[in-house]
Amino acid sequence: MKLKLNEISKSFGPVKANSDINLTVDCGEILGLLGENGAGKTTLMNILTGLYKPDSGSILIDSQLKEFHNPREANKNGVGMVHQHFMLVPVFSVTENIILGAEPTTIFNKIDLTNAKEKVLKISSEYNLDVDPDQLIEKLPVGIQQRVEIIKILFRDAEILIFDEPTAVLTPQEVIEFFAIIKNLKKAGKAIVFITHKLHEVLEVCDRINVLRSGKIVGEELPKKTNNKKLAELMVGRKVNLKTSRQIVEKGEVLLEVNNLSILSENKEPLLSNLDVKLHKNEILGIAGVQGNGQTEFIEALTGLRKISSGKISYFGKECKNFSPRKIHQLGVRHIPEDRQKQGLIGDFSLTENIILNTYYEKKFSNNIALNWSNAKKEAKRIIEKFDVRTNSEEIIADKLSGGNQQKLLIGREMSRSINLLIASQPTRGVDVGSIEYIHNQIVMARNKGIGVLLNSTELDEIIALSDRIIVFYEGRVIAEFPSNADPNIIGLAMAGVN
Amino acid sequence: MKFFIYLSNYFSNRETIQEIILIPVIATLLAIFLGLLLLIVSGSSTQIALTALVALFTGSFGSLSAISETLTAATPLIFAALGIAVGFRAGLFNIGAEGQIILGGMAAVAIGFSFQLPFFLHLLFLLLAGALLGACYAFISGWLKATTGAHEVITTIMLNLIAYRLLDFFLRMPAIQKEGRNDPISKSIFETAELPRILNYLDPNLRVHMGFIIAIIAVTFVYWLIFHTTIGYEFRAVGKNLDASKYGGINSSMTIIVAMSLAGLLAGLAGATQISGILGRATPGFSAGIGFDAIAVALLGRAHPIGVLFSSILFGALIAGGRAMQVSADVSLDLITVIQALIIIFIAAPILIRKLFPWVFK
Amino acid sequence: MMNNLNKDKFDNIKTKKSLIIGLSLIFFGFVIYLFFGLGVEGQATFRLSRPTDPFALPNLILPAHSFIGLSALLIAFFGGRIIIKAPKNFTIFMALSFFLAIAAFLVWATAGKSFSLTGMLQATVVRAVPIALAAMAGIMCERVAVINIGIEGMLLAGAFAGALFGSIFGNLIGLILAILVGGGFGFILAALVVTFRVDQIIAGVAINIFVLGITSFLTNHLLKSNPELNDAPIFKSIHIPFLSEIPVLGSVFFKQNIFVYFCIFIVLISTYYLFKTAYGLRARAVGEHPKAAETLGISVIKTRFNHVIMGGMIAGFGGAWFTLGSVGRFDEGMTGGRGFIGLAAMIFGRWHPVGALFAALLFGFADSLQQKLAILRTPIPSEFLAMAPYLVTIIVVAGIVGNAKPPQAIGKAYVKEN
Repeated sequence: MKLKLNEISKSFGPVKANSDINLTVDCGEILGLLGENGAGKTTLMNILTGLYKPDSGSILIDSQLKEFHNPREANKNGVGMVHQHFMLVPVFSVTENIILGAEPTTIFNKIDLTNAKEKVLKISSEYNLDVDPDQLIEKLPVGIQQRVEIIKILFRDAEILIFDEPTAVLTPQEVIEFFAIIKNLKKAGKAIVFITHKLHEVLEVCDRINVLRSGKIVGEELPKKTNNKKLAELMVGRKVNLKTSRQIVEKGEVLLEVNNLSILSENKEPLLSNLDVKLHKNEILGIAGVQGNGQTEFIEALTGLRKISSGKISYFGKECKNFSPRKIHQLGVRHIPEDRQKQGLIGDFSLTENIILNTYYEKKFSNNIALNWSNAKKEAKRIIEKFDVRTNSEEIIADKLSGGNQQKLLIGREMSRSINLLIASQPTRGVDVGSIEYIHNQIVMARNKGIGVLLNSTELDEIIALSDRIIVFYEGRVIAEFPSNADPNIIGLAMAGVN
Repeated sequence: MKFFIYLSNYFSNRETIQEIILIPVIATLLAIFLGLLLLIVSGSSTQIALTALVALFTGSFGSLSAISETLTAATPLIFAALGIAVGFRAGLFNIGAEGQIILGGMAAVAIGFSFQLPFFLHLLFLLLAGALLGACYAFISGWLKATTGAHEVITTIMLNLIAYRLLDFFLRMPAIQKEGRNDPISKSIFETAELPRILNYLDPNLRVHMGFIIAIIAVTFVYWLIFHTTIGYEFRAVGKNLDASKYGGINSSMTIIVAMSLAGLLAGLAGATQISGILGRATPGFSAGIGFDAIAVALLGRAHPIGVLFSSILFGALIAGGRAMQVSADVSLDLITVIQALIIIFIAAPILIRKLFPWVFK
Repeated sequence: MMNNLNKDKFDNIKTKKSLIIGLSLIFFGFVIYLFFGLGVEGQATFRLSRPTDPFALPNLILPAHSFIGLSALLIAFFGGRIIIKAPKNFTIFMALSFFLAIAAFLVWATAGKSFSLTGMLQATVVRAVPIALAAMAGIMCERVAVINIGIEGMLLAGAFAGALFGSIFGNLIGLILAILVGGGFGFILAALVVTFRVDQIIAGVAINIFVLGITSFLTNHLLKSNPELNDAPIFKSIHIPFLSEIPVLGSVFFKQNIFVYFCIFIVLISTYYLFKTAYGLRARAVGEHPKAAETLGISVIKTRFNHVIMGGMIAGFGGAWFTLGSVGRFDEGMTGGRGFIGLAAMIFGRWHPVGALFAALLFGFADSLQQKLAILRTPIPSEFLAMAPYLVTIIVVAGIVGNAKPPQAIGKAYVKEN
């Protein structure tokens, strides 16, 4: 089937998410849709799958005008989407997830599980998508979950397949497998839209590339006739420095030492087993790994948010036993949490209130009982100015800031005070390119000034660009360690558990 | 349960005038209107409904004694609703004010007739005992929530039901029960433990008492506590974003326990002032649903101490007016409960009000 | 892959926990003997059937002192066993100890007297019915991620409607209208939380206060002056042929009124519905991951409306039990917190109808225990016995909630974007 979008526009309040977008995909073709966070890619695809209604414009499938009021109608017309955050119910089985909403039934609405399983297995063998139909989703690695998502849309006879940032959660090896899968699908005659912000991926797998910026299509390129730099400039709208300059600094004494650290979950399953990690002065230690391999728990343990089961954590040569987050903060260890909205900031607090989140009890801001709001305000103003947080007042609530500005506020709060060690988790997630550059520079500057930095990121590119040393987490263990100039492919293999 | 999300949307002190004033006013008027409609539907004549409406207003603000009654009824509401507001700020939904009031009242009665003490000291002891027992009772729910995660809504409701039984038992204890009586009623407290009436010099029948002054002090105190102290900051941080508060080094379990106990302390004071200022003794129904009315008051006042003060006075007026209504139009006080429930619904669903009266909000 | 060091650590934790539990069981056994065993004399006579029954069983006669001593000893023995053997799962021993403790308590209360055990079990089932139905209503709502604190109010509304309409139109129509009234409040709750996105707990509390107010108001305004409107014919118990003649079990399960039979039917049918049918699968998906359901064309809003209304109807039916199923007249606030206890039963039963039924039976037992013990005139004041179901609820909510997982999307309003 052939898909054509005609002059699609969509606004949310004053924000124009999409304006006058035209694009086409043929059967047997992979179209790359390249754009930054917030460029309007996801909005466009939600329009195509019937989740949003466009303000104007039309959708044509095989030259026929279509209008989708809900996802089911889009499904019926052969449009299926694999969402960035998988739309799978964790406590359901693979089969249950696949058939949900289109269940084969017998008498009294009873689900015909045998029939369903047969169909699932048939699709799975036809397109080489290996899954166990009885397994629960929550027990599966993300790579397999993605296959379930693909089978789910094929089960609904989708001919036009949309993938939204499909590689964000995959290991480099899983990415290779995924590329094989979509090439297979292409051979089977499906029309495929591949949405991503990763340049090399579109160059590798797409037949044609459309670049989206601020809700508009700003260019169409063919992979053979373009390159990374050109695409990046189209995507961002100005010249971009893709490399952070990093001078070599001699590393100093050990700041953080972790010995034999283990953590068990509530069900007594090991989340972390026998970790040994050292972080030095003047060093950025990168933690690479696919999300969910113990990095979050590791950082929670380091920052006092999670109890350890055994082993030792020592800061600056002294062991920390059952230290609270506050004690660790008082040691000069600063923590940029992985989810700024969930952990780092209180969305409904003003910027001033957020600035004192982990220091409100200190002499500067209180006399043990009453808070000193005027000092807090001064501090907020100082940080807002110094860290280039774009806002017109320190009294607005944090939710009103853009993602990049929220992150700058957070980083400002953590890095503006005396600091010996920085633990930064996903510091650039969901942030625009300008802020990414800024944040990377701040991190490198901190390291140059003699601070040890522990950098946790699922973006391997970021880890490689910044780190002096890289450790790879796999199933709660440090599976490998690499110098900064290691081959990304080998790191990728380690992320997939190959040692 | 993401009550925190709700709080962040709802109790933010950065609302527009519309939300603070217009919606509560419309909600109240609409609720009164529907209440009167119910009266007519259930078989009363329009005449009676109109009499009731007039009585509702004259009985609450129509005369000095009406105003005194309104403030008298508002007094325990202010305490209890302040407690609930403190809970809301810390992300806790304390439905247990009723039980805490009962326990506070029981302590007050016991202190009130057991000792002979000089006037001020006796009164102080009585109030402290009420506050303390209320706090201890609420502490149970806070402690269970902090240590086991037991939802405070269920535990406080169960503690309410237990409190009723405790009161029944208490009132039949030989040391408590009034001599020569078979029905459950306590002895009366001594005069030295009574809260003096503040308008005594105008007319000794005006019941508004010192408790109202103490309540105003409590409003100021709670305002200062919530917005200008570290404890208040911790309450609000825990209430709005538990994860971030942990990240910020706040001991959330302790905060929850302290907030809940403080809520109980205030509710306990409501019980104690009610005993000491109005009732003088305890009977099975002495709490009179104040703890439940206080939930509506706290919601109406958007968990803000000043809001609580004004909405308490409004609810006090409803109660005082309701009593007048009962006398002059023979309408049961339960109608007031219905009106209160409607107010909660309308306040909690501002979208509904906006849809019903779009022209007000254009 | 757990290596040795971790395993040692793991064992360490395990033995520490079993030591604590074991010691507390030993202490518990000791306490039981101290309170109930010391100074108790005579025999406890438990009647199992009435002399008129076709197959009469002899009375169960237990020597009080030795039975209590033996129970206490057994509990202590379990404690010792847990300490020494450190078994993986000690739930079974704790349950047995709990059972023995209750038995010892009953024998102590009955010592020197006689007590109808069958009567109490029958009352257990009867009193479990409104709790179980409240729990089913709760499951229907929470499985689609709507918390229904308003069940108490819905029960009360059902009870009132049952009494009023039952008095006018007879019990069958009264029952149907009670169900409809319950469903109506379900609709109101759904409209508030789904359409207007009111906080679910606040909406539930508002419904409770509203129903309490309006039923009390109507009782005072309507029923007091017209007593004939508050005198509904009740549903008599139906004896199921043959089955009802089985000793003990026959009286407990097969000589009951339609509320008991329908309650069991609802439990079975809702289990089938939730876990075997396509609609059930969709409902659970809405509760776990509403956005995923929406992307597959399942309307989250409709699903939530339907199930909350269904929950309301079940609660309305459960409410009718209070009037049409037992006394025939309505009293203000007569549901006495059963709706909330039902929610605790739902949590205890882990959001599964059958589990909730068993939990409800436990609460029903506590409820009937306090009622029946009042007859035996124990030294424990009746007010304290009346607290039993509430205390059990607190213990259950505190003890279980950490382990039980509610549907993932619970309490969150679903905002459909467009």
